[in-house]
Amino acid sequence: MAIFVDQHTKVIVQGLTGGQGRFHGLRNKAYGTQVVGGVTPGKAGQDVEGIPVFDSVEDAVKATGATASFIAVPPKAAPAAILEAARAGIGFVVCITEGIPAQDEARVFATLQRDFPATRLLGPNCPGIISPGKCNIGITAGEIAQLPTASGPNVGIVSRSGTLTYQALYELKQQGIGVSTCVGIGGDPVPGTSFVDCLAEFQADPETHAIIMIGEIGGSAEEEAAEFITNHVTKPMSAYIAGVTAPAGKKMGHAGAIVSGGKGTAQGKMDALRMAGVKIGLNPTEAGSLMAEIVNNLR
Amino acid sequence: MDLFEYQGKQYFAKYNIPVSAGGVALTVEEAVVEAEKALYPVVVKAQVQVGGRGKAGGIKLATNADEVRLHAGNILGMDIKGHVVKRVWIEHASDIAEEYYASFTLDRAAKQHLLMLSAQGGVEIEDVAAKDPTAIVKLHINPIVGLPLATARQACIDAKIPEKALDGVADMLVKLYECFTKGDCDLAEINPLILKPTGEVHALDAKVSLDSNAAFRHPEWEEYAATEELDAREQLAREKNLQYIGLDGTVGIIANGAGLAMSTLDVVNQVGGSAANFLDIGGGANAELMTAALEVINSDAKVKSIFINIFGGITRGEEVAKGIVEAVKRVTLRAPIVIRLDGTNAEEGRKILAEAGIPDSQLTSRPTMLEAARAAVALAK
Repeated sequence: MAIFVDQHTKVIVQGLTGGQGRFHGLRNKAYGTQVVGGVTPGKAGQDVEGIPVFDSVEDAVKATGATASFIAVPPKAAPAAILEAARAGIGFVVCITEGIPAQDEARVFATLQRDFPATRLLGPNCPGIISPGKCNIGITAGEIAQLPTASGPNVGIVSRSGTLTYQALYELKQQGIGVSTCVGIGGDPVPGTSFVDCLAEFQADPETHAIIMIGEIGGSAEEEAAEFITNHVTKPMSAYIAGVTAPAGKKMGHAGAIVSGGKGTAQGKMDALRMAGVKIGLNPTEAGSLMAEIVNNLR
Repeated sequence: MDLFEYQGKQYFAKYNIPVSAGGVALTVEEAVVEAEKALYPVVVKAQVQVGGRGKAGGIKLATNADEVRLHAGNILGMDIKGHVVKRVWIEHASDIAEEYYASFTLDRAAKQHLLMLSAQGGVEIEDVAAKDPTAIVKLHINPIVGLPLATARQACIDAKIPEKALDGVADMLVKLYECFTKGDCDLAEINPLILKPTGEVHALDAKVSLDSNAAFRHPEWEEYAATEELDAREQLAREKNLQYIGLDGTVGIIANGAGLAMSTLDVVNQVGGSAANFLDIGGGANAELMTAALEVINSDAKVKSIFINIFGGITRGEEVAKGIVEAVKRVTLRAPIVIRLDGTNAEEGRKILAEAGIPDSQLTSRPTMLEAARAAVALAK
């Protein structure tokens, strides 16, 4: 088991013929992901190293039976690409595109909620998702992810930050701890998938025995997660929140990472998670060490 | 990107939101010219992106040219909470019967737009919220439904906007919402939104923050970017296309990824140091990017040591190391570098760094983030 994606997931890449789509699409395929097709309007009939290209998501789904889509198109085109995938019946959409206007993200999210409730969007502006040994969609370097073991304990990772996601994978690999699934939800203001969505899945996944969460300043997603953990998560957790020293009113790289009006501070988030019983590391390595302790106790 | 009041008012005017006639001035003489155009009495308002202008003496009434000269002369160059006033906005003074508050933002928790409306305007909305939370009406708006006039009217009734101002404020809300959505604002706020004795409603102030991700469909925003207040380091970073925020500490920071960069600041702080900046060079870390980053850090006289924190995911360790070696050769550094290189092929990368022939006084390598932070902080002391 894993969450959201596994060895049965069939993936198409929207923007496969573009620079990013080709590079990461082929890497995902090389990892062992079932990358069954690509979509670029006007390029039907072509192929990218053997992966067939279609004009539309609808055509690609009909021909390949794809269930997931990896969107690697520029910000102007991404909102339409997400909705096209949903319309074609894709159940899981991963959008790595950075720089989509917040107004567009809000409209896309509201449209998915109203018209396509069966479609889950991961991202935008996220590194993607990897269920080690089964499926890798996005830009994560698969080799830094430790394979899960049948007997466990295995750890689920959910993170708002790309590089800190890799860091978490790496820390667990150093400790020889298996990963069930690692989800990067992205740092934008309106993420399609939230911490809470992932925590609910990890809690229900028999292959996940403990969870690491990596948050950052801005918004209230970590506080909502803390409330959910209190009420619904029984698996042990460690967490790290980036941005303790971030000044107020400045966007720290991510469009969503901003402390404004005294809200969204790292301290507030850490306090909320600690209250929910989560072990808090003051840096990523410490969160990794805390997880190693948790896992050793489970063994 | 935050706009100055005058830019916000110009932006509002595009969406037919009534604002006072006026103009912006960089000098005392320009201020007089704008005042003559706006007709006396006028208000001379300091243009800074910080609250509390009035209390600091940055907003003055003038009834003739001499008074404009006096006030503009005092206000231009004034320091308001660390912001030096470079421009004043001169507008015709408005008679005020009542003051309200209205704003639109994105509520990230609800993933919907949020209208905040209050019949108590003219003061900080946080103060109103602290004193009497019921004085603020909060209404969520589904972005694919929008804000119909009838809904806006109901919000006004709920906020106890008086009958005489109801139509005017409701109409204003619809226009402000259009400005917020079509104008790609992160925030569109009017405080105070005034009712004049003559019965008209009017935006007496404008606070607008634009979503820079939407700049591609707003070529008109270029003029705003030109007046953005950046320090010299931030200006250089922008030219080099780097995500940079200037801070006050002594350890220069370069990291790949926003989260890792934030985390690096935190760790430096934890071990007793202070960061001079936030700098995210993004996923790649080639020689060009690294050179640009080092040039920006080098332009900061306060920097005593430089901490390069790279985690190789897609970017492999040896490529990063080659980039750093090349960059160090190109830039004459004023401070020593401590590097932590980890992730994919980190060992190969560290080997390249060790064998590059760069003296230890210029570059040292540490295997973990914490150890590297300690070394960088020690060098900065």
